Amino acid sequence: MDLSFTPEQEAFRRQVRAWVKANLPKRDPEAGSLESGDPRRIRMLKAWQRKLYDAGYVAMGWPREYGGQGADVVQQTIVNEELIVARAPGLVGGMGIQMVGPTLIQHGTEEQRRRFLPKILTAEEIWCQGYSEPGSGSDLASLRTRAELVGDEFIINGQKVWTSNAHFADWMFCLVRTDPEAPKHRGISYVLIDMKTPGIAVRPLIQMTGEPGFNEVFFDDVRIPRENLVGELNQGWLVANATLQHERNMLGSTTTTQMMMNGLLRLARTCQRNGRAAADDPVVRQQLADLIIRVETMKYHAYRQLTDAIRKRPPGIGASVNKLVSTELNHDIAAMALDVMGPYGSLGRGAADAHDRGDWPIHFMFSLGLIIGGGTSQIQKNIISERGLGMPR
Amino acid sequence: MDFALSEEQELLQQSARDFLARECAPTVVRQTMATPEGYSPALHQKMAALGWTGLVIPEKFGGLGLGLLDLAVLCEELGRAAVPGPFFATAVLGALSLVHARGATAQQKLWLPQIAAGEALATLAVSEGEPCPTPAAIRTRCTSTRSSFRLSGTKLFVPDAHVADLIVTAARTRGRDADGVCLFAVPRDTPGVTVRPLPDVDQTRRPCAVELRDVELPKSARLADEPAGWRALSRVTDAACVTIAADSLGGSQRALEMAVDYARTREQFGRPIGSFQALKHMAAEMVSEIEPARSLVWYAAYAYDHEPRRAGLAAAMAKARLTDIYSRTTNRAVQMHGGIGFTWEHDMQLWFKRALWNRTAFGDAVFHRERVATLSV
Ligand SMILES: Cc1cc2nc3c(=O)[nH]c(=O)nc-3n(C[C@H](O)[C@H](O)[C@H](O)COP(=O)(O)OP(=O)(O)OC[C@H]3O[C@@H](n4cnc5c(N)ncnc54)[C@H](O)[C@@H]3O)c2cc1C
Ligand SMILES: Cc1cc2nc3c(=O)[nH]c(=O)nc-3n(C[C@H](O)[C@H](O)[C@H](O)COP(=O)(O)OP(=O)(O)OC[C@H]3O[C@@H](n4cnc5c(N)ncnc54)[C@H](O)[C@@H]3O)c2cc1C
Repeated sequence: MDLSFTPEQEAFRRQVRAWVKANLPKRDPEAGSLESGDPRRIRMLKAWQRKLYDAGYVAMGWPREYGGQGADVVQQTIVNEELIVARAPGLVGGMGIQMVGPTLIQHGTEEQRRRFLPKILTAEEIWCQGYSEPGSGSDLASLRTRAELVGDEFIINGQKVWTSNAHFADWMFCLVRTDPEAPKHRGISYVLIDMKTPGIAVRPLIQMTGEPGFNEVFFDDVRIPRENLVGELNQGWLVANATLQHERNMLGSTTTTQMMMNGLLRLARTCQRNGRAAADDPVVRQQLADLIIRVETMKYHAYRQLTDAIRKRPPGIGASVNKLVSTELNHDIAAMALDVMGPYGSLGRGAADAHDRGDWPIHFMFSLGLIIGGGTSQIQKNIISERGLGMPR
Repeated sequence: MDFALSEEQELLQQSARDFLARECAPTVVRQTMATPEGYSPALHQKMAALGWTGLVIPEKFGGLGLGLLDLAVLCEELGRAAVPGPFFATAVLGALSLVHARGATAQQKLWLPQIAAGEALATLAVSEGEPCPTPAAIRTRCTSTRSSFRLSGTKLFVPDAHVADLIVTAARTRGRDADGVCLFAVPRDTPGVTVRPLPDVDQTRRPCAVELRDVELPKSARLADEPAGWRALSRVTDAACVTIAADSLGGSQRALEMAVDYARTREQFGRPIGSFQALKHMAAEMVSEIEPARSLVWYAAYAYDHEPRRAGLAAAMAKARLTDIYSRTTNRAVQMHGGIGFTWEHDMQLWFKRALWNRTAFGDAVFHRERVATLSV
């Protein structure tokens, strides 16, 4: 075991740090949040991702022929760490980069890779995920949105729900039923849909945070070309699972967690409790220490998984463990932040007296949403016990 | 950046697991813990022959000269098998007290080769009954004359002192803080030393009370003098924390596996109880605590050897986290066994009780979380 970085990697880190410092976008207090779909925010974020990409820092591990750097995972880790330290904004094209991109690299055709991957990297095309339906949440494979193959076109009818970012996305990776007669896992196909295709209607849903974020998406005789099928016809479940694996890892990333923990520690040092800093209260200290330990544990665990990835060892149910642990941990950190602030904890965005611009109640709510999204904690536990431990169904 | 065990470490892990499955099955554990000594000299000899008792002892003193990560890998397996006896006392506490006692070469030359060879057993006497290992909790007095030291006091919860040939003892020459603490090599047969075992619910362990009544020691018995004494002692107690964490990791993993195996075969309501989601979710919660925690144990051991500035923090994190997890896991594992899990006959009690000892030895989770807070809030 060796946790040190090579001199080349250290030099690379310095170079990234300097670049980030010089290029970090300024906060525009006027612009709304990403979730709100405020065009100013989206323009700013697209420009930021483009800049990062031009510097060679986006999805560095992707093959060169599709716009990547063919770099090793350690380099990407260094970039991610530096972005956290600098408190840089997240990537607007996250679902493309972390979910559909890797899926296309695994299961797409050569044409699909060349057509889509470069624009994912540059944020020219933003993606959304059309999986859930009103009757198909945890039981995803029961989905009913129909796609009929007529000539060399699919004709799609049905409805998706909770589709994050659909209100500003350019493309959707979507699960549709292509064989209603087959057993439920065997009649599904994985298709790519241009959101500008006629027949698509997007209706934003307001999240409990007060902002839109996810949507209902309706398909009424939507025609898409057959070449937008990923993988084999009716074999979409396999492809869908690849994406789900990537999604769990994305949601299980320790970056957000570490940033939140740093924020909580800052709060604990500034907020007062019984006439002294909250961070000096013995009970608060116990709770903080417990969270610090859990966060550090996930950090080292990520290093171990990174090493496994470099050594090409199979990840097993690691992605489910990451998703389960990290989303719950994020929620616990936000909950503790609310406690530390006392009555200020429930002041919303825009309240003049709120700490950290009233972000914490939003984090608290949003992290609860992520315990549900991408497969609930219960579903992850089913996966861990059945696939990881071989417990009977 | 490479966060994984080396090939040699994986080999050590596998061969230790195989060896202990053969030599120290639960039936053997039960026979051994029923003996007055609470250990099997034959098994200790075999472990010594494999180099285990000298794992972290430098080669020049007859050991293998390996690091704490290697020892942690081994201790995980010992925890997995719930091995009774003085391995922890001698190969961790005794050996490392001597290794860190720089400047006491004569004592090192005398004891370390014997410990490595399995010919002598050693232990460390720190606690005097307080839950937190702090300098102020060390009250055993040491007065010095021109030619000797004289120790008086009572040490408690000293692991396996009843069979130890050497009891490394922390005592103070002055004051109440860290500055006055020294370490002494006290052979158990020194006049004035009396040892009384303290029966523990965890019968795989034998904590003892060690009474020191005007114990007269030669000047050469001092292992580390005042400023260095506490520093050496904290290195050893950090290593104790990491290896107890590793023992807890192995025990947790074993309890989980036993519970899952049981749930796969036991039928109620016409189907295996492992098909009930209540039990599946309990098992999944155990996995999602244990798996990441394995990385924490490795890191703490690595930091002990390579990142001295982070070592104390990492040891505290590992001790607090892993002993919490061990208690929770064995608790759930007993529940998953239903009534049979509550019996003496069933083996689950071995790990359940070992988790109790691990919880409080060398400072409980509250103490170590406060350390974490002090170092990082
Ligand atoms: C913030 C957010 C963003 C989202 N973004 C997207 C997106 O971009 N694209 C997309 O396709 N979907 C998205 N989703 C939808 C998400 O994938 C689903 O909400 C999730 O899979 C749960 O489905 P459901 O809401 O229908 O709940 P249900 O499946 O109805 O579950 C309700 C409750 O029952 C429990 N439950 C259900 N089945 C079981 C079982 N077998 N065992 C034990 N408990 C069970 C669940 O754990 C949950 O507690 C998002 C959701 C959220 C909250
Ligand atoms: C201290 C003690 C005293 C007792 N005294 C008496 C007494 O005086 N008289 C008497 O008749 N009995 C007595 N019992 C027995 C007691 O009632 C049973 O142990 C209990 O009903 C559980 O049955 P079991 O041990 O067969 O476990 P099992 O039924 O095999 O259960 C094993 C595990 O599976 C879980 N499980 C089983 N079925 C389900 C399910 N459908 N859904 C979710 N989880 C499930 C259980 O919760 C448990 O965790 C005693 C038990 C104990 C521990």
